[in-house]
Amino acid sequence: MTYKTFTVDIDSDGIALVTIDLPGQSMNVWNGELMAEFPKFVDELISNDDIKGAVITSGKKSGFLAGADLNMLGSSAASTTAEAFEQAFALNSTLRRMETGGNTAKDMLKGGAHAKPVACAINGLALGGGLELALACHYRVCADNPKIQLGLPEVQVGLLPGGGGTQRLPRLIGLQAAGMMIMQGKPTNPAAALAQGIIHEIAPADEIVTKAKEWVKANPKAAAPWDKKGFKFPGGAGSMDPRAVPMYMGAAAIALKQSKGNYPAVKAILSCLYEGSMLPIDTALRVESKYFTQLLSGPVARNMIRTLFVNKQAAEKGAARPEGIPPLELKTVGVLGAGLMGSGITHVTAKGGMNVIVLDRSEEDAQKAVDYTKKILDKRVSRGKMTQEKADAFLARITPTTDYNDLKDVDLIIEAVFENPEVKADVIKKTEAVIGKDVIFASNTSTLPITGLAENSERPDQFIGLHFFSPVEKMPLIEIIPGEKTGDKALAAAFDYNARIRKTPIVVKDVRGFFTNRVFPPYVNEAMLMVTEGIKPALIENAALHLGMPIGPLALTDETTLKLGYDIMQSTKEALGDAYVDNGGEAFLDLMVNQLGRSGRRFGKGFYDYDDNGNRLDLWKGMEEHYPLLEDQPSVEEVKERLLYIQLIATAECYDEEVVSDPQSADLGAIFGWGFAPYTGGPISYIDTVGVDSFVRTADSLAQRHGERFSPPQSFRDMADKGETFYKAA
Amino acid sequence: MTEAYIYDAVRSPRGKGKSDGALHEITALNLSAQVLGSVRDRNGLSGEEIEDVAFGTVSPVGEQGAVIGRMAVLQAGYPETTSAIQVNRFCGSGLEAVNIAAAKVKSGETDLAIGGGVECMSRVPMGSDGVGGMADPQLAFQEYLVPQGISADLIATKYGYSRDDVDAYAVESQKRAAKAWDEGRFEKSILPIVDVIGETILETDELMRPQTDMQSLGALNPAFQAMGEAMPGFNDVALIRHPELEKINHVHHAGNSSGIVDGSAAVLVGNKDAGDKYDMKPRARIVSMASIGSEPTIMLTGPEFAAQKALKRAGMDASDIDIWELNEAFAAVVLRFMEAMKVDHSEINVNGGAIAMGHPLGATGAMILGTVLDEMERTNKQTALSTLCIGGGMGIATIIERV
Repeated sequence: MTYKTFTVDIDSDGIALVTIDLPGQSMNVWNGELMAEFPKFVDELISNDDIKGAVITSGKKSGFLAGADLNMLGSSAASTTAEAFEQAFALNSTLRRMETGGNTAKDMLKGGAHAKPVACAINGLALGGGLELALACHYRVCADNPKIQLGLPEVQVGLLPGGGGTQRLPRLIGLQAAGMMIMQGKPTNPAAALAQGIIHEIAPADEIVTKAKEWVKANPKAAAPWDKKGFKFPGGAGSMDPRAVPMYMGAAAIALKQSKGNYPAVKAILSCLYEGSMLPIDTALRVESKYFTQLLSGPVARNMIRTLFVNKQAAEKGAARPEGIPPLELKTVGVLGAGLMGSGITHVTAKGGMNVIVLDRSEEDAQKAVDYTKKILDKRVSRGKMTQEKADAFLARITPTTDYNDLKDVDLIIEAVFENPEVKADVIKKTEAVIGKDVIFASNTSTLPITGLAENSERPDQFIGLHFFSPVEKMPLIEIIPGEKTGDKALAAAFDYNARIRKTPIVVKDVRGFFTNRVFPPYVNEAMLMVTEGIKPALIENAALHLGMPIGPLALTDETTLKLGYDIMQSTKEALGDAYVDNGGEAFLDLMVNQLGRSGRRFGKGFYDYDDNGNRLDLWKGMEEHYPLLEDQPSVEEVKERLLYIQLIATAECYDEEVVSDPQSADLGAIFGWGFAPYTGGPISYIDTVGVDSFVRTADSLAQRHGERFSPPQSFRDMADKGETFYKAA
Repeated sequence: MTEAYIYDAVRSPRGKGKSDGALHEITALNLSAQVLGSVRDRNGLSGEEIEDVAFGTVSPVGEQGAVIGRMAVLQAGYPETTSAIQVNRFCGSGLEAVNIAAAKVKSGETDLAIGGGVECMSRVPMGSDGVGGMADPQLAFQEYLVPQGISADLIATKYGYSRDDVDAYAVESQKRAAKAWDEGRFEKSILPIVDVIGETILETDELMRPQTDMQSLGALNPAFQAMGEAMPGFNDVALIRHPELEKINHVHHAGNSSGIVDGSAAVLVGNKDAGDKYDMKPRARIVSMASIGSEPTIMLTGPEFAAQKALKRAGMDASDIDIWELNEAFAAVVLRFMEAMKVDHSEINVNGGAIAMGHPLGATGAMILGTVLDEMERTNKQTALSTLCIGGGMGIATIIERV
């Protein structure tokens, strides 16, 4: 037979070499076509007496097989639960048939029946369904490239490894090791996988097929360990095993602690491990597929796949980049300012392989950017994560200077000087005087409108805003802000630069705070208001954590400092004058900053107390003296709802005002900008999930109880009336 | 409905639940049989009068497995006609067994029955039967389950009991237990246990440390801090259910928690006619009984609700109870109960409890009912309420009055 998604070459020993090579795709994945063809090959393998065994490899340089096609999974349309299960079970069923050679487990265990041997030659990354295919083979040879990733990352998009991963891996390496690998979704490398027993052999890349064939030839009668008599679960399993029971309970506690119960996949994976480890493999695989079906039919996986995979990838590939503009070649970037932001930008730029000329007023100041990167690299070298040689080369790409003339040959400017319009105006003029006429000038600012800054530029069409977040090397989001006169070339350049530093970009409108800083302040302000209302600070912090926020809003405010909040409030007041509207937090900030000196962690105290090293201790007990605790505390659900909806409403307003022009940008910006609960897929995905009408109703109810700030924009009311959604129904 | 009366109560002394404990060499079957034999013999019964035996065991596996009560009545030389049932309501098993016996009498099913229990924790360690569905992630994620020690520390945190508070309670428990033994207050119920050659192997509770003081307890490290704060981090699980708390203070340790021991107990329950017929004098009437479920994460606050339910069913209130007995699973459990029920410390666990003498899981409920009955008689009190906190968030209570 011939196939479209793979070739089959049978050698003189009767060993079929199956080379998976999806046409027109850069990477092998389990897509509809491969799913349709692979079972046919398994049938052929079993029924064709000329085939004695098989070796599976990949025809792609990019890797072995990267898992399931998430676009396919996200759009699978089963009309009944039973049908959804059959779809989910298809891969399990095929792989199991390959593993048993079509025999029953009973016949295998009796020792009489066996399968034709199947080995795999893993030439590159094997993730998700790719590793699961390998695990269903009787023998696994992997190329000796330490960069090869072997892993089951499904949990990161709200799914579980549904091709036998939750069953075969623990049967190979034990529940604890398998549980950690599947729950965290982090890939391992060939050497570690060999040591753990996930693979059998490592060989030079050009020998893996030969080695695999040798094994097939030498082992004509194959059976997986769990199909052999006397199989014992490594490390123990089952509800009576004193080694396994604490493991189940501990794993559940760790998983709850980390997920707060917001990620159904985490629970489902644990259940697959728990229930599956008590069952024979065939039943266990069915149970796995049932939990997979459960996840696929719920909103969390759908939202996570859409935002964290599909939309994130599209954004990073430059979906919003204007077409028809040739990519900007970036050899050298000029960074203006070597403060915290400038140093971070210098670091990520050099990390992206570009040379950086970083300019500041004094040599000492400019050197700070070099020291910043050196500190990070030294740590990596000392931890064995980078060679000294590579660190040296990295550092050599950074040149500090005080001389504007050194910028004359740069391909891009990123300005990150002090957030002061006059200082910015000055460096814009000095820089434009020396750089090439075509060079794009990007300004990193979090507060100053780009259009205003561009007025200082001779070439406002080449002027654009880039909003980095601090610390730059850690924060994944970047806001790209075209000013009124910004041209497409500048916008394209921003994307081309971002492609090198690999952040998640969103394009936002040039308004005060852009997107993330429009939504985030009302959120922390809501937490502060609750404190002033007499709600227990611990309840507020826990509610946020349970909602899925990475850190409590009060702890976070201590980090960014209450002083900053106070200063922003003052400057906003000045800027808006009579138009300024009290947000209710003014008196509180005044008390904390001016009267109590509890200005944040940097100042030694804030909402929390801190020790001399700045480590967070307990919440400050004295708050009650200023804001007595309510006798009747609200329920945690009420607090969660306020903290959630204040973010949803602010996002809705931004969407309504086209600060973000599409739901994707809003969702990506929220999750990667301020850590909005990732399981929701972002605020707009959340609104879609509960339904726009339900969102409007809840918001109105909150507005009645807590104030007009919860009132949703008219355009959302209209959508609710019309029954519209933001994303196409999945 | 027929009234149920307590005619007698017998218990073994409690042996240290370790391999160097005095009762370690005594099988669960033998220990149970000695107690069941004694309650029969000291009431001049032949055994056939006793129709049914409800017997509690919390780890009913291995030698304690199957229906240990049935094996024990046979071993004790009861006639083959005496049936038995295995009872498991975790730490409430012993009292539940008495309540089952009483219910059988009240309903008219039997005239005379025994409720009791056994736990040889040195021989069949806690958890030997697995943890059932508590290891199932589906339940753990739904109910935020944590180990009991975390729950006890959660109670202390939620209701503001400091390390000194719980330690002071433990010191007092030791003092009271020592005094009770010194004055022979347990004599009426204690059955010295003999070995296979008939020599007495244990006649007093072995675990007690009368010299315990605040200083010696202060030297002990909190037992549940590591599992709560570090690995696997149960505190965060508990805080999902109790988000108003910033963190959990770990105050409990081996010295202010119930001790691990071996022991068995039996309570003879029957109707009025049985007493008349077999020439036995009823010592107390079982006024009311109650079992409840409560919030499973904090888990150990059930006694308050069980007591309230038992009081309500009896048409009584707390002020009608002369003395109280609450199993000292953890010091904070008793402190919380006293606070919630407005019970003065002088009226509860007057002869100490499980912190000093130990908690043989399946037997304790029957033991503390006997203890409180002896105390009522000694001090001429009329009413008593016995209660226990129970794993999984449950509580059980029984009210008795002297007749």
